[in-house]
Amino acid sequence: MDFTWIPEYQNLLLHGVFLTFLLLAISVPLGFGLAIFLAIAQVGDNPIARWISKGYCTFFRGTPLLIQLWLIYYGLGSYLPYIPGLRASFLWPVLREGLFFATLALTLNFAAYQGEILRGAMLAVPKGELEAARAVGMSPGMILRRIWLPRAIRIGLPTFAGEVVLQLKATPIVFSVTVMDLYGAAYKIRQDTLLVYEPLLLVTVFYVTLTFVITQVFQKLENAVPVRR
Amino acid sequence: MSPSTSVLDMLSITPPGWGGVLITGAFATLFISFGAYLFGMTLGLFGALGKLSGIRPLQYALNLYTTIVRAVPELILIVSLYYAGTDGLNRILALADFGPIEVNGLVAAIAVLGFVQGAYMTEVLRGAILAIPVGQVEAAKAFGMRPGLRFRRIVLPALIPNALPGFANLWMSVIKDSALIAVVGYQELALAARVAASNTKQYMVFFLAAAALYLVITIVSNMLFSALEGYFRRGQRPVA
Repeated sequence: MDFTWIPEYQNLLLHGVFLTFLLLAISVPLGFGLAIFLAIAQVGDNPIARWISKGYCTFFRGTPLLIQLWLIYYGLGSYLPYIPGLRASFLWPVLREGLFFATLALTLNFAAYQGEILRGAMLAVPKGELEAARAVGMSPGMILRRIWLPRAIRIGLPTFAGEVVLQLKATPIVFSVTVMDLYGAAYKIRQDTLLVYEPLLLVTVFYVTLTFVITQVFQKLENAVPVRR
Repeated sequence: MSPSTSVLDMLSITPPGWGGVLITGAFATLFISFGAYLFGMTLGLFGALGKLSGIRPLQYALNLYTTIVRAVPELILIVSLYYAGTDGLNRILALADFGPIEVNGLVAAIAVLGFVQGAYMTEVLRGAILAIPVGQVEAAKAFGMRPGLRFRRIVLPALIPNALPGFANLWMSVIKDSALIAVVGYQELALAARVAASNTKQYMVFFLAAAALYLVITIVSNMLFSALEGYFRRGQRPVA
């Protein structure tokens, strides 16, 4: 085992850790926000919205993330330059980067899985609570905001930690679209130093630790939001 | 060539089109996934029985296996096991005075994905076995059934309906994980689509076609598993 390369590649590794965190910190909240709309559309009355939401979830849950990522990076990416004015705009430096497409793919993918969970959670909210809200004269929007969604999110909370861990485990895939996240850094180190195991081992330790931290944080969060059974 | 006809031309089965390559890739995906699934199920069965055996060292070893495999990203596991596996095998062969061998990509893919599946299968099967009412196993013991007979006649038939939802999830995940094999260079559906796309520069067309093939596989599998669960749960009270 040879770990003498660590100081030399310190910056690359730290930047990789930063990108991994960034991918997670953007895709999880944005994906969760999108998931709320997907879940509402699926339990709502509008058949078109329900149909679109169902189709979206089926597509993103039924195909590999790798294909979605390549579809967005190579497929969508190849059309972007043809949109007039985009190339000259201030957005172009961001839109040109693999990181943008990677975040987009991870967000859309996370939203599909989380949306399906939230749909189940919304259906699991006891009917009596919604009826009580209606009985005190709350408007449908207010019921959704004050009763239905908060209760559904609390019901779905135990699975949320698992979903975030799954999302963390999905992030290394972005190295295939030139994003130098932690795994990308390890990949480069392997190519440079011809060491097969050591970089992978270091990265593995990081992912396992982060998984542990995430589960602990959510355990705390779950305990902080009491629920009566 | 107008765009609409050229898309159909590119997806045609015969060589100027890349449809045949995609279909072959889809079959490779199915083959790898099925092989890995069966291998993982075998590992999982032994893993679950080992975890429930009450032999301490075996339990620790199996807990280490399932915890690590489930905490490390699949991509990293697949890449490391792919290289470490072939490298390790050649070192063992070198110790036994054999020359290095080129490990077949298909075999390596199945072994690696199966090893990952095995950890999840262990947990699914362990839960399914624990969900069997104790009384049924005790009754079998009271009749004087030997452990082997007890497993075959009582435990196995009772665990299948409990394990089926987990099995269905794992089948879906092995189909999707098999795309990661593309990263180490074995040509299944994802890599086939990428090769076709980069040759024709029609990325959208081929990745959408690959996505459609994956969707067909997952949707058909979903229906099969629902039917299977209906069959195995016949005579049971419907669950929620």
